[in-house]
Amino acid sequence: MLLQVHNLRKTFPIRGGLLGKKTGEITAVDDVSFYVKKGETLGLVGESGCGKSTTGRAILRLHEPTSGQIEFEGKSLLALSEEEMRKARRDLQMVFQDPFASLNPRQKVMDILEEPLIVHGMGNGKERKEQVQELLHLVGLNQSHAMRYPHQFSGGQRQRIGIARALSTKPKLIVADEPVSALDVSIQSQVLNLMADLQEKFELTYLFIAHDLSVVKHISDRVGVMYLGRLVELADRDELYERPLHPYTQALLSAVPVPDPDFQKQRIILSGDVPSPANPPKGCAFHPRCPHVMDICKEVRPEFADQGGGHFSACHL
Amino acid sequence: MSAHIQPVPFTKPEPPISPEKEIVESPFRDFVRAFLRHRSAVIGSVIVLSFLLIAILAPFITSYEYTARSQALLQAPSVDHWFGTDEMGRDLFTRVIYGTRISLWVGLFAISGSIIVGSLLGLIAGFYGGWRDTMISRIFDILLAFPSILLAIAIVAMLGRSLSNALLAIAIINIPTFGRLMRSRVLSVKSEDYILAARAMGMKNRRILFHHILPNCWTPIMVQGTLGFATAVIEAAALGFLGLGAQPPEPEWGTMLADARQYIQLAPWTMIFPGVAVALTVLGFNLLGDGLRDIFDPRMKQ
Repeated sequence: MLLQVHNLRKTFPIRGGLLGKKTGEITAVDDVSFYVKKGETLGLVGESGCGKSTTGRAILRLHEPTSGQIEFEGKSLLALSEEEMRKARRDLQMVFQDPFASLNPRQKVMDILEEPLIVHGMGNGKERKEQVQELLHLVGLNQSHAMRYPHQFSGGQRQRIGIARALSTKPKLIVADEPVSALDVSIQSQVLNLMADLQEKFELTYLFIAHDLSVVKHISDRVGVMYLGRLVELADRDELYERPLHPYTQALLSAVPVPDPDFQKQRIILSGDVPSPANPPKGCAFHPRCPHVMDICKEVRPEFADQGGGHFSACHL
Repeated sequence: MSAHIQPVPFTKPEPPISPEKEIVESPFRDFVRAFLRHRSAVIGSVIVLSFLLIAILAPFITSYEYTARSQALLQAPSVDHWFGTDEMGRDLFTRVIYGTRISLWVGLFAISGSIIVGSLLGLIAGFYGGWRDTMISRIFDILLAFPSILLAIAIVAMLGRSLSNALLAIAIINIPTFGRLMRSRVLSVKSEDYILAARAMGMKNRRILFHHILPNCWTPIMVQGTLGFATAVIEAAALGFLGLGAQPPEPEWGTMLADARQYIQLAPWTMIFPGVAVALTVLGFNLLGDGLRDIFDPRMKQ
């Protein structure tokens, strides 16, 4: 068990009025618990705004969690002081969604990749330069690219730089926040394959956040589904895709396009919109849209429990 | 028909680039190219550079002393006195040329001072936020509540009239301009992904501030600094004109204009040449500043 998350909660205040008084709260992540085993990839899917990115950032304490427990290699991350956390970041890295915004436009690739090493005091100048060359080679970039600036690369190449940067400190866990959703479909598979190769080579563990179900299916060992800040289902990949238990997961999976024009499928069309996270529904967050809604769903929040064989689901059904 | 379609390889191997042939498109090189294409930036920089040369080479351009009096009072421009002479028989060309030194000196030091103090305050306010931001922003508001020249007059009146006090006053009244600019720039850069990335890498605040935020903030400061230079030259001349800046016999353009007031009909050149010098300097810096703004504007980039 590399990472364990217990009852993670993150709220953001809504401020209004002249003096910026707190007028409400948005619950971005609500009571989320899961674990990630060493060497595996946990996919986290959900619609935009469901709190999956916030979950990833809260785990790295880029957004300070409101409450909950995060254990990394058995040690609580939330108990670390700011300086201890800074040092711990060597083992916990992140790949960002937008490869155009996540690289400093005024740094050369060499400096971008060398900086994490400097920050964590790894190697001397010569060793660091060599390691940068090695990193570039690992992610499939030319060594002469080191002296270029980010704007001289394509989106896919930039994301390779982002991956190389995350890899530079030899981390144990990489949180990949929609790493391919900004890329062309043809480039997506290249980057996904690169990530899979690197995982094998360095025994990396990924927390892979995405909204594309086929991308997640391709790369994940286990998949978690989020809705309105809550984890509604989590299971092994094949189990989840073949035997989804939660009505939301069923609806989500029924929306995946099938590349066969003659295939007639039963789509589950949900009515209504996602409720506001500032005012989530009572009971089960999904009950206003659920086709199987019962009275109990409107009152009691279902527990996120093991339904057998590590298949977790939060549903009264 | 699909039988004739050639299979397209999924990934094209990248052609190897030898290090000698690799041309690094540094942002600086891009800047120089864009600068040379921009007409008003080039004209502005030519004017500014000419004044700079005049200021540096002043003793070699003219053979007169700027305080040397002669019997030839209020003489029209001639071969001996290119710009004529003033009411004390001093060579006006010499005084205008030495005046360049004073104006550029005031502009350079006043604006550098405002930039250093203003940017630092703006950086702190924008990056740390909270009470620091509230305190610094209110100070800027207070400074901006006064008409700037009035505030400058008040500061000089308090400290005593001299060129160095005028310089200090000009520096102080320009602080909020740069401070606010820096603060707003820091706020927008701070929310960029690459700053979050820097934090995720485990960088200290100081490193993020000086290695990642500051380098991405200085372009608007440079533009504003160039434009502010022009304002500082005018403000220095205004204070000189009011007798609060440079004191006679210093050849300050504003002071010269004030002295020439009484002779405007008798000897208009005593007013025209210092006036033109102020106007040209201001024009030069404004053209350069506008040009820089266009060049740095991200919307201009292809």
